[in-house]
Formats: sequence, C-alpha cells, structure tokens
Amino acid sequence: MLALAIRNLHKTYKNGFRALEGIDLEVEQGDFFALLGPNGAGKSTAIGIISSLVNKSEGKVSVFGYDLDTDPEAVKSCIGLVPQEFNFNQWEPVAEIVVNQAGYYGIPRREAWARAEQSLRQLDLWDKRKDQALSLSGGMKRRLMIARALVHRPRLLILDEPTAGVDIEIRRSMWSFITGINQQGTTIILTTHYLEEAENLCRHIAIINQGKIAEHTSMSRLLHRLHTQTFVLNLKDSLESVPELAGYRVALVDANTIEVSVDREQSINGMFRVLSKCGIEVASMRNKQNRLEQMFIDMVDASRKRVQG
Amino acid sequence: MNRYTRYRNALQTILTKEILRFSRIWIQTVLPPAITTTLYFIIFGNLIGQRIGEMDGVRYIDFIVPGLILMAVITNSYSNVVSSFFSSKYQRHVEELLISPVPNWVILAGYVGGGVARGVVVGICVTLVSMFFTDLQVQSYVWTLAVFVLTSILFALGGFINAVYARSFDDISIVPTFILTPLTYLGGVFYSIQMLPELWQKISLANPVLYMVNAFRFGLLGVTDIPILVALGIILLFIVALTGFSLYLLKHGVGTKS
Repeated sequence: MLALAIRNLHKTYKNGFRALEGIDLEVEQGDFFALLGPNGAGKSTAIGIISSLVNKSEGKVSVFGYDLDTDPEAVKSCIGLVPQEFNFNQWEPVAEIVVNQAGYYGIPRREAWARAEQSLRQLDLWDKRKDQALSLSGGMKRRLMIARALVHRPRLLILDEPTAGVDIEIRRSMWSFITGINQQGTTIILTTHYLEEAENLCRHIAIINQGKIAEHTSMSRLLHRLHTQTFVLNLKDSLESVPELAGYRVALVDANTIEVSVDREQSINGMFRVLSKCGIEVASMRNKQNRLEQMFIDMVDASRKRVQG
Repeated sequence: MNRYTRYRNALQTILTKEILRFSRIWIQTVLPPAITTTLYFIIFGNLIGQRIGEMDGVRYIDFIVPGLILMAVITNSYSNVVSSFFSSKYQRHVEELLISPVPNWVILAGYVGGGVARGVVVGICVTLVSMFFTDLQVQSYVWTLAVFVLTSILFALGGFINAVYARSFDDISIVPTFILTPLTYLGGVFYSIQMLPELWQKISLANPVLYMVNAFRFGLLGVTDIPILVALGIILLFIVALTGFSLYLLKHGVGTKS
C-alpha cells in the first residue's frame, strides 16, 4: 500500500513564484524515504501541502488511500510533522505542548498525559516537563517537536530537517530513535541537508530541484550509478613518492595518506590486491566525499544546466 | 472513538489552553478592567453623577453600571481572541491546529469560547466592584445573562477576524483604538440617546454597541432607548454574519496558510 501518492502537484504563490511544477511522488508504506533538494527547490512547499499548511494550486495528494481534498481529517490523522522551524508556544510548559497536541487529535486528556509521558521519556525530556519550552536548548527543542509529532501515533512521520543545528551526539541518538520508529512500521519521509544522514537512513530517495522531481529511485540503485569513488587511505608506513597502482588513479596527500579513485567497473578488492603487490599496508580507509553528496551535486548541476540551456 | 467525541476532546483542549493562557497572567488580563471600572464609578458615578441627578428615571450611577460592565466584557472578549490568535500565528504554533484533524468550527468555537470566558470573568469582577457603589436589582436574569454572553461571543468573533488579517502587533491595536473604543463610548454607556439632537439619535442607531448596551440595561434596570427585540435581533444577526465570515476565512486559509 502507498503511504503517500502525489500526482501532478503544482503550487504557484500569490507573487507568481512557481514552487512546484507538476511533481509525482510515491512512498511505500513502511519506507524510510529521503526528499532532497537544494534550498528553494520546493521540498518545504511539498511538505506544507501534504500536511495542510499550504494550499495547492493543482494536483492530487493521498495518504494511505485517503484523498486530501475529500477526506482531509483522515489524511491529517495519519500524519505527524516535525517542521524545520520551532513552531510551538515557547511560553508553555513542555508537557502541555505535547498534551495539547494529543488533544487536537481528539485524545482524551488523561490518555494524552499518559502518551505525553511516554513520548517525553523516550526522548529524554520527561525531567523538563514543567519547564517553559523557551528554556530548552536547541537539541531539546528539536526532540520536543519529535515527541509532539509522535503523540498521536502517526502512520506517516514527516521530518523536515530534524537535525539542523544539532550536535553530532544528539544527531546520532535521534537517528537511532527515528530508525526504531521506522522499524516499528511508521513510514518516514525525511528532508535534510546532511546527505550522509539520508544515505545511512533512507531506502528510497527523490531529488527535487526547481519545482520538479529530478530523481526518484531506491538509494542503492542511485548509488550504483556513481561512476567513480575516491577513497582516502591512511598508510602504516610513509611513502616518499606517488605509488604506481596499475589501473587506478592515485594522488599523494602526505607521506602517510594517499587518495585512490575507483571506477564503477573496478572493485575495492582489486585495489587492495594491487596495494598488496606494491607492499603498501593500509591502516584505515574512508570515502573522500559522501557518495550521495557527489551524486546530488552532479544531478543538481545537470538539472540547472538543462534549465539554463 | 467516534468523530464527535474527538471534536469534543479537541474543543476541550483549545478551551482549556485559552482559559489557562489568560488566567496565568491575570494581573494583566483581569485586574486592570476592575481597577479602571472602579475609577469610572468613583469619578463619573459618585463625583460627577451626583450633580447629574437622574437619567431615564434612574440614578446616574445606576444608569452607567450596565454600560460599564458591558464595556469591560466587549473589550476583554475582543482583546483575548485577537491577541491569542495573532500570537499563535506570529509564533507559528497555529500550525499545531492546522495540521490536526480539527474542523474549522471547533477551532473557532475554542478561541471564541476562550474570549467569552475572559469576558465573563472580567464581567463578574466588574459587577462585584459595582456592588460597592450601587444596589443592583436585576430585572431579568435571563435577559441579562443572554445579552452578556451573546455580546461577548460577538466581540470575540470580531477579535478573531482582526487577528486573521493582522500582520503585525500594530494591526491588532488599530481596530480597538480607532473603532471599538469610539463605538463603545458613543454607544450610550454614559448617556441616553434621548438627550441627543434628532439627527445624532438617527446616526447613533447605526452603532451596534448601542443595541447591546440598551439590551443589557433593560435586563438589569428595566429601561432602554431601543425596542428590545430589535436589539436582540441585531446582536444575533451580527453573530451569524461574523461566524460565517470567520469560517470562510479559516476554510480558505486567509492569513494562516500560504
């Protein structure tokens, strides 16, 4: 079953700006889906339309088979939204923000408190329940928005840059929490500018650029298209000059570090065989650039050139 | 859970939130009108009122009591909704409601209910203050209560519409300052329109506040310048019109959606 189906979605703002120009998108139930694109590409507009914060100009949106035009309440009941910017009453106590959100979904007050406690405990915010939201740190505010979005147990969770401005430790704990939610069956749509986040978490991906879908495929298929990957190798022993590795392009970064480019037709095993033949021992290895980042930049550039051309 | 239970829970949530909002800051919301009204009673009722004598057959201080109570109700119902809904737009937490499966009429009823609650609380405070200065003999409890609640509903709706269109904090003070206050002061709170020249009497009839003040005065004192059923009809007409317009604004996302 499709968690989300979008057909020919258009949005033109009152000032004439065309944010979306007929996008089609499908997200399977249970998927962890990345919606990526440069700033101003139309991601937030699309999310705004799905979550009823933005009026669409044309097109169809359905969530778990419910049509946004004919059954908006059913659509809204299925969705939990963690927006990009803080959008809670900063003067309210933390627990009340979550309890009130549950109430808007029709959950009785007593049950709302029980659910709020569960959500806040899961996100390590229970101790802060009586504090004004204003007093929370940036990371805590992000977690509060996740707790609020989960209180009515949505089937589709939309995370619009949930880890923006959050330190790496909190980001990792949020990744682990969100992955757990997905494993329990919640479909997740994630937008992020941290492409390693999308690569690590998501199974499918759509790239939106200038109001159009530039790519819509599975993450593995997309990454498979990568022509060349460059690896940074830290060596056990130092080198004085660039080593000759048959069939591979090599650059010397410093005495203990080299960069090796591996084409799609080649393999990493092959690279190690050649390295061994040359007597070079590798202590550690990493990708020079995030794979998705490389593809993303190429794709957005290509799309921009197409429009300009 | 059926649909109506969900709506009831959502309405209860919005109402509770709205009531807590003004209760937490009662020093800013409930106390000032009580102090202002006390000053009105001292200055206009006791000091100046003794020299005026009677108006419409009642003591001047008794004559101004209904208007002063209703003035407090009008101002507070209006300002509660306009400030609450505008700040929810300004801080963007109105989005919590817009993404939820809450029908527009529940959102409207919740905010208007909050405005009515503040209007009623302030109205009760002002009534209690007035008891120190006059001996209130209510002529019709039903009529008094009906006008009291209907007026606060009407002005809470007005506050809601103002908040929908407001884009800055200046916008939420323009209507109360330049429209609401003049209409209230010229709505027969401090005088009977029978005192005015004929032309001004006719002009005064275009002021909706005049009907409310007179209807309320009829409930409390049994005197009025306006036929009472006409007054009730006009209040109800405004409520229906403003409710319809508010729901239209919510449906089309005016001021709330892009």
